[in-house]
Amino acid sequence: MIDAENISKRYGDFMALQGVSFHVGKGEVVGFLGPNGAGKTTTMRILTGFMPPTSGTAKIASHDVFFDSLEARRNIGYLPETVPLYTEMTVRGYLDYMAKLRGVKKRTEPVRSALEAAHLSDRADTVIGKLSKGYRQRVGLAQALVHDPEVLILDEPTIGLDPKQILEVRELIRELGKDHTVILSTHILPEVSQICSRVIIINEGRIVAEDTPEHLSLLVGGGERLHLEVAVPSAEIPALLVRVPHVLGVEPGRRRGTYEVECAPGMDCRVEIARQVVSHDWGLLEMRPLSASLEEIFLKLTTD
Amino acid sequence: MRNTFAIAGREIQFYFVSPIVYVVTAAFLSVMSIFFAWYISDPRGIVATMQYLFGPMNTLFLFMIPMFTMRLLAEEQRSGTIELLLSSPVRDWELVLGKYLGVIVLILVILGLTLYYPFIMSRFGNPDFGPIVSGYLGLFLLAAAIASLGLLASSVTQNQIVAVVLGLGLAIFFWISEAIADFVGMPLGSVFSAVSLSPYLPDFTVGIVDMRNVIFYLTFVAVSLFLAVRSVESRRWR
Repeated sequence: MIDAENISKRYGDFMALQGVSFHVGKGEVVGFLGPNGAGKTTTMRILTGFMPPTSGTAKIASHDVFFDSLEARRNIGYLPETVPLYTEMTVRGYLDYMAKLRGVKKRTEPVRSALEAAHLSDRADTVIGKLSKGYRQRVGLAQALVHDPEVLILDEPTIGLDPKQILEVRELIRELGKDHTVILSTHILPEVSQICSRVIIINEGRIVAEDTPEHLSLLVGGGERLHLEVAVPSAEIPALLVRVPHVLGVEPGRRRGTYEVECAPGMDCRVEIARQVVSHDWGLLEMRPLSASLEEIFLKLTTD
Repeated sequence: MRNTFAIAGREIQFYFVSPIVYVVTAAFLSVMSIFFAWYISDPRGIVATMQYLFGPMNTLFLFMIPMFTMRLLAEEQRSGTIELLLSSPVRDWELVLGKYLGVIVLILVILGLTLYYPFIMSRFGNPDFGPIVSGYLGLFLLAAAIASLGLLASSVTQNQIVAVVLGLGLAIFFWISEAIADFVGMPLGSVFSAVSLSPYLPDFTVGIVDMRNVIFYLTFVAVSLFLAVRSVESRRWR
């Protein structure tokens, strides 16, 4: 559905994007992850036909965004990062106008269902200028849906929302993922592992990784890691635990009494570690496996 | 074309709730009414003609219209809504034309509001309607030309103040360009003289509709709008 081939974008001397290629298949929900300034918004703007790439091609539903721009745009629902809205219009009026601009002929039903999907039905006749940020974000989401596009391109859809609203929006995106193709950009990592089936990580204009969250975790995690918590912390614990067979390293954790134990790939150190903790009377409180969090993957891939 | 009407419709809707539009229109009508009253209250009696009223209306339009056009594109660019417009299946020229149509409708409404002058005249006298109609035509064409300059000005900036000042500056420039043609020396002077908006109104007000003048105004509008479309398009490349 979304095909980006070797996209580059230059602003004067600055290369915002270099050789960006990726594909998103029908029905996928893909997360586009990267630090601020990495090129996420630039990529999205190119995909939506707002700006042309310096080189390379992008296709949405097989329509080239530059040469067949109008057709490509018909298939896209876009939520820009800034969520721009016409604050003097009512929600319903705005959605109706947006639907008109996208060629929707009979608009009452699409507008009603977009309002419902975004949980805006009770605010439909409120002037947008009077809505809170969370509601405005939902209006932005609704306008991306109102013409029932194949592809949804969402730039930071949960930014600035409170935790409850974030949950609602994520749930909505998950729902939408069932019959739309979605690409969303964010730098909120838990969001990605919760909603996306695949992650593309971009840094300084280049794609540095592309895979499922689980695979990436393995890629960067290296071995198996354990989170250990004991009741009686002691300075000698790391030194003693490291001697357990197959243990590669023991690091104290953030809280007192917690440790991170790195175990050789494929080996299960848990039984032996548990035995050590109990026999030394350190008081085993908790032991659980840790996979490399997306945070670590992200930082690792974007800071070298 | 449907998009053009949709966009025009939205602008018109906005003009209806815009305080600036009401204030400026009220000021315009007030000033014109004073002129009108002063004109018809000449104790010696007057010829029932609108001829001398079109001049002041003209001058006031020069200042008013850039105020109506200043936000047309500048505000979209400032607030970021242009991003949604340009990523919708709307052609750039449909956008510009739609905005232009919106302000044209506003101009027609304001002109319509001045129709009570000839109406009052017809109650007390016997005005010749030919020149009145052609006078309104000339005024409308002039207003359309100023509006196209205002839209062009709005398309090159995000700042409404810049848009209004630039629009006003352009309008005044094309208004006085004939007068300053002499100062500028020959080759340039004839260009200045040719593009001037001002020389034609007097003819319209006395009933002369010279098609060459009509075509001049229409061409003027077409060129300005063309440049405005290019300006919008160039946003995509920046």
